[in-house]
Amino acid sequence: MTVDLASFLYLVSGILFILALRGLSHPTTSRQGNLYGMIGMGIALCTTLALALPSAGRFSLIVLGLAIGGGVGAYVARRIAMTSMPQLVAAFHSLVGFAAVMVAAAAIYAPESFGIGTAGDIHAQALVEMSLGVAIGAITFTGSVIAFLKLDGRMSGKPIMIGGRHLINIALGVALVVLIVLLVATESKLVFWLIVIASLVLGVLLIIPIGGADMPVVVSMLNSYSGWAAAALGFTLGNLALIITGALVGSSGAILSYIMCKGMNRSFISVILGGFGGETAAVVNDGIERTVKQGSADDAAYLMMNAQKVIIVPGYGMAVAQAQHALREMADKLKANGVEVKYAIHPVAGRMPGHMNVLLAEANVPYDEVFELEDINSEFAQADVAYVIGANDVTNPSARDDKASPIYGMPILDVDKARTCLFVKRSLGSGYAGIDNTLFYKDGTMMLLGDAKKMTEEIVKAFDH
Amino acid sequence: MEQLQKALDQLDQAAAAVRLAVQDLANAPAGAEAAGNAAHALSGGAIDPFVFRFAIFVLAIFVGYYVVWSVTPALHTPLMAVTNAISSVIVVGALLAVGIAASGLASGFGFVALVLVSVNIFGGFLVTQRMLAMYKKKEK
Repeated sequence: MTVDLASFLYLVSGILFILALRGLSHPTTSRQGNLYGMIGMGIALCTTLALALPSAGRFSLIVLGLAIGGGVGAYVARRIAMTSMPQLVAAFHSLVGFAAVMVAAAAIYAPESFGIGTAGDIHAQALVEMSLGVAIGAITFTGSVIAFLKLDGRMSGKPIMIGGRHLINIALGVALVVLIVLLVATESKLVFWLIVIASLVLGVLLIIPIGGADMPVVVSMLNSYSGWAAAALGFTLGNLALIITGALVGSSGAILSYIMCKGMNRSFISVILGGFGGETAAVVNDGIERTVKQGSADDAAYLMMNAQKVIIVPGYGMAVAQAQHALREMADKLKANGVEVKYAIHPVAGRMPGHMNVLLAEANVPYDEVFELEDINSEFAQADVAYVIGANDVTNPSARDDKASPIYGMPILDVDKARTCLFVKRSLGSGYAGIDNTLFYKDGTMMLLGDAKKMTEEIVKAFDH
Repeated sequence: MEQLQKALDQLDQAAAAVRLAVQDLANAPAGAEAAGNAAHALSGGAIDPFVFRFAIFVLAIFVGYYVVWSVTPALHTPLMAVTNAISSVIVVGALLAVGIAASGLASGFGFVALVLVSVNIFGGFLVTQRMLAMYKKKEK
């Protein structure tokens, strides 16, 4: 195969990847889009094999590698619980990051095979591109591993603050620049591995101070990084598919981070600097004895059955309790009784963008009953019941009304405007942001204390009484 | 006397300048040809390929920007899964390393990358497919 033809085919696969993302503009076109993505990947694979024409021995090694990885990937994809999707995505990011490091290492040990010069005489430009790719890739790798551990609960979601971490990060950043210059000048493999080590450390330090509630931003950001790493290596390899994909993924992750930050009314910088989402924020205690109205599953069932319109607000707690199926059952019973049911999703509900939508889809909730914040917020005033399950900070009215509140300005779902707000919660503690929710003390609020899944199941049972 | 000498020198210089200018005029057609050559080289690929790659990169960022904004928020999780899957196209580098690299070490690195990235290719696309299959419309 000629190089020209190969470049053309790489371009085709890049375009198929664009179509794959384009398909996601609507659920009906999305499945076809995913198919385009797979075809694009197939074309890229076959083109590379046709171009390289490996010997039979090496070809079987390639098949072996694909089979091992593919088998593991297919197994994981089939078995993973939908609630664990954020962890899975973080783990996948780490693989791309590590693969980028490995590809760059292969390129520096065998530059001839990649057409970037000969050993001892690698083009300076290729060295710069490669070191950028390897640095971003290594940061993505360890950063994603930490994000995975936090999301999977194997590591505390609380921010871990190391004294002088900003200084350490800046020093590491400067060291990276110096090392990259050294690598271009000397082409030393030792310097290459030093870049890898410095970036690995930097990846850990960048993510550990970021709290669990900020994980949606972190996961999107690492998504973006993995794209930039791929793009940098695309330049080294002169591969159009890789350059286009890197740019697509990079901008996609960046946009998602932006949407998540906007959903929390926080700047990207403040999220990255970390320290938020712990229990450090002081709970305002003005000494006034405030009463909370508690209710039972029977009360809730009675209220909802006699309502005309119920809006359900799911949050991370629903994912933790795996309550989505029970919730769907509850909604089905209400609908059978002529009650209008809608779902309202806050942009940062859950631990990754769109987390709640996937869980509801898993429980067979039709996507045209699920609405985004802007589309449904005005409807709470006409709703008889808002059923808040596992969400907290995103419903806190002080974000709207109290200028002194640390979350002031964050867009919230106006559940307090519904006639009654049923709030399912395990205890009366504060949310991730450590802020007291004034909603609990409002007249129209009834607290349903208990596990989200159990409470919902009890309500379903109570419908039949 | 000195002043006169200075004036003469200046006159000399001026004359030399005029001679050069005339010569340039005479050579003008040749100059145009050189410019043409440069223009030809411009379109003939004498530009560093990096420039073209960079142009594609920048344009792809713009494409990505508009395409991703049109993605419905309900599908943001599948979006992350599928972008993850397509970024595994880095597999092309791993294939080259395993397929033709002369250094055993390089092939070894390539093999590790190949296995990891295959997890991503198959896992990423399949999990996206599984998620997308769940999004259903209301039964009428």
